[in-house]
Amino acid sequence: MIPYLLKLAEVSTPGAISFEPLVFWLCGGLAVIGAIGMLVSHKAVHSALWVALTMINLAVLYALQSAPFLGVAQVVVYTGAVMMLFLFVLMIVGVDAADSLVETIKGQRRIAILAGVILVVALVILLGNSFSIQTADLVNADSAYGGNVQGIAALLFGKYVLIFELTSALLITAAVGAMVLAHKERTAPKKTQAMLARELFASGTYQGPLPTPGVYARHNSVDTPALLPDGSVSEISLPGPIVARGVVKKINQTDLDGVQIISEGLGLVASENEEGDK
Amino acid sequence: MIAAVIALPALSAAVLLSFGNRTNKFGPLLAIFASTGSFLIGLWHFLQMVARPAEERPALTTVYEWLAVPAAGFKINFALQLDQLSISFVLLITFVGTLIHIYSLGYMSHDENPRRFFAYLNLFVAAMLLLVLADNYLLLYVGWEGVGLASYLLIGFWQHKPTAAVAAKKAFVANRVGDFGLSLAIMTMFIVFGSVSFSDINSGIVGAPAWVSLTLGLLLLLAACGKSAQFPLQSWLLDAMEGPTPVSALIHAATMVTAGVYLIVRSASIFNASEIAQTAVVITGAISLLMGAIIGAAKDDIKKSLAGSTMSQIGYMVLAAGLGPIGYVFAILHLITHGFFKAVMFLGAGSIMHATNDNVDMRRYGGLPKVMFFTTITFFIGYLAIIGVPPFAGFYSKDHIIEAALSHSWWAGAAVLFGAGLTAFYMTRMMMMTFVSKSRWHDDVHPHESPLSMVLPMIVLSVGAATMGILLTRNHIFEHWLEPITGFVKPEPPLPIQTITTITLSVVAIGVLIGIWQNIKIAKVAPVKVSFVVKAARKDLYGDVLNETLLMRPGQGLTKSLNIFDNAVVDGFVNGLGLFVSGISARLRRSETGYVRSYAMSIVLGTALLIIALLMVRI
Amino acid sequence: MNPNAYLVLSGIIFSIGAIGVLLRRNAIVAFMSVELMLNAANLAFVTGSRVWGTLDGQTAAFFVMVVAAAEVVVGLAIIITIFRTRNSASVDEASLLRW
Repeated sequence: MIPYLLKLAEVSTPGAISFEPLVFWLCGGLAVIGAIGMLVSHKAVHSALWVALTMINLAVLYALQSAPFLGVAQVVVYTGAVMMLFLFVLMIVGVDAADSLVETIKGQRRIAILAGVILVVALVILLGNSFSIQTADLVNADSAYGGNVQGIAALLFGKYVLIFELTSALLITAAVGAMVLAHKERTAPKKTQAMLARELFASGTYQGPLPTPGVYARHNSVDTPALLPDGSVSEISLPGPIVARGVVKKINQTDLDGVQIISEGLGLVASENEEGDK
Repeated sequence: MIAAVIALPALSAAVLLSFGNRTNKFGPLLAIFASTGSFLIGLWHFLQMVARPAEERPALTTVYEWLAVPAAGFKINFALQLDQLSISFVLLITFVGTLIHIYSLGYMSHDENPRRFFAYLNLFVAAMLLLVLADNYLLLYVGWEGVGLASYLLIGFWQHKPTAAVAAKKAFVANRVGDFGLSLAIMTMFIVFGSVSFSDINSGIVGAPAWVSLTLGLLLLLAACGKSAQFPLQSWLLDAMEGPTPVSALIHAATMVTAGVYLIVRSASIFNASEIAQTAVVITGAISLLMGAIIGAAKDDIKKSLAGSTMSQIGYMVLAAGLGPIGYVFAILHLITHGFFKAVMFLGAGSIMHATNDNVDMRRYGGLPKVMFFTTITFFIGYLAIIGVPPFAGFYSKDHIIEAALSHSWWAGAAVLFGAGLTAFYMTRMMMMTFVSKSRWHDDVHPHESPLSMVLPMIVLSVGAATMGILLTRNHIFEHWLEPITGFVKPEPPLPIQTITTITLSVVAIGVLIGIWQNIKIAKVAPVKVSFVVKAARKDLYGDVLNETLLMRPGQGLTKSLNIFDNAVVDGFVNGLGLFVSGISARLRRSETGYVRSYAMSIVLGTALLIIALLMVRI
Repeated sequence: MNPNAYLVLSGIIFSIGAIGVLLRRNAIVAFMSVELMLNAANLAFVTGSRVWGTLDGQTAAFFVMVVAAAEVVVGLAIIITIFRTRNSASVDEASLLRW
């Protein structure tokens, strides 16, 4: 689509209907909307998405102005890499973190908006009539080396080769710097699974599966608590919400009798007579 | 070759001072060797000079070209002038200096650091020799400052004693006043004559206007007053006795303090050209000789009494030097004999102090002949020499000065005659208190004779004090010796010479008798009820009081007021500025909230302002 | 088409980015605003390149992108470090450097 639009723009001749204004107004408007969206979104993720919108539209505008290489680079580097990095960091910091709407610095919002308005007005007036010359064509510059990418390459590795080399040094430094900054020094050796398990059981809390509701009871629904061999109620067998709602079934005597019979039969508890002797 | 005379002690001093404690063991011996070598070289030169006829005796040795401004035609050589005058001084300095070096070996044996002492002594000898050998005033000035430095270092040798440190400072400051006169004189010479060498000044002064010789004469007199402790710069000499006694003997009696006399005699052509300057010199000498004698008569401290005597005797020399061609030779003659007899007396005083646990109060001496035979004998010879008993040295030199003074004017003659009587009085007083009377020692004092290294120099010097007068005046040998340099006119006193000698001896005899009569009984503690003259003399005739009221107090007042001005006005302004800035800063720093967004805000506002300014310019 | 229109668009986006830096306390969003400002500058570069008929402006925009990439890497690393110590990504939290 981009080369297509570009082609449309390039073939336009003075006086003829041009597609360039149409594309400009469309993409320019979207870019501004994206910028304002970033400004007013409360959630950082939304802001990032709005910025991505602005950047894609700016890429179109680059391409529209005979800079197809930059347009592609914009999409790849900014929307592809930089914005993804932003989202990745947002994931670490917390996607939910929304800005509080209360301004903490006194007068900051009012003055900021005022300054912004002044800046916009001043910049529009200043930039509105910067260029008085007729738009030249980049065709000659591009065709000198056989295309836009080749032309930029010739400049990068010719006239600006020193700066290019310096930026490579900058990038290396930035990469190493980021690693150093984000690196967290481990103060204790990493725990193995065996150590974790030992730690868990050393804490003394009950770690086995919980008893299901209704054991030894006449009903096995979740609102009926399990009964222990001596006939008492096992609290941990009950799901929390059931207890919270107060809908736990009562234990009747027949259940208890049944439990006693089973228990005595299994030899888990002494009979009543023996108990009385003791 | 003559440069070696200076180089030997200078080199020794340099070695001893540079290598410090490593030279402790052999340091004193090296110093004595250097001094002796210096004397031997000087003696060799002297003998060579004697062999030559009178007109060929002066010899000029240019060591190297020192300062030169070819464009201005100005050149000063590091040149040494060896003539009859300077060789006399070289022999005196090195001979007495060597003896005192040997004496110090015994005297300083108990000191912590004799090496440093000997280094300073050598430094002094080198500087003094440079002073007397220089062929121009600028080189003389180097030696002049060198002896001043050595004197300062040696007076303050026991710098742990506050009195010694203060005395050294006082000597330095008083000397500086005199040095100021000398430097001004050198500048004047340079402006007027374009040269500072003795020969150029001597030839140039003849045709120069009167004010030149007057100015130079008065400035040189100021210099001489500073170095020779003459009125009004005399006050430092009495305090200088805080230094070790050998120093007092060598520097503050025999040699350095006579540098002023040397300067006046060396500048004879200048003084000959100005009668007023000569009269000023005579008056200075007369005042100083009387002041010194009066102070010496009242002091109970043996060294201070001897210091007053030194001031008085140098007063004689200065007075004689002020008399012109009739006096120059006798000034130098008295200088040499004084060098011997005053040195022997100072060394005797040192020997007594050595024996009595460094006690200097004469009221606690007495009865010493029994225990200190050699000291008593040599001191007594010095005594006879200084009061002018024939045939001892002082008689010849002083008698000649009295003749010359009488032929100059009646008041100069009266001053020296009265001075001779006073000298006899105070020296007799010293003899009575120290030796003749019964012992009044402190309980823990057990006097004993000093070691050989101390006694030997005293004996040698006392022989000189006894015989030097006869040796030098027989057949007018000294007059003929110095005449080519200083000129000589035979004095023609208004009275016959025999009469003058008789009067002098009578005055001396009266002084001795009064001295004996007044000191038959001596109190252990100085009496409080005394006449105002004694009171004044005990306070150095108010020399210090005068200095303090006229110079020190106004200076302190100025300093105090400057300090107040500095604290109130200067500091007030500076501190006020600081307070103003810090107050403003305390308010301004509130704008630094620490919030990044606030800082960004200021950047954005600044950018907006910049763009607006850009727009304004474009419109 | 009039190239000044692109410049005006660039100015507007730049200003919005500046306001974003001033108003948003979330460090990441503030960072996005900075990126937006850099993009606006790039648009101006590209427009200039087109007007003058040379590729130097595009090369400059390319360098801006490279520098921005480096800056993002370091900046986000800093944000993570601050978040680790303070458990917050608000730029107002890091306000110790003050009077």
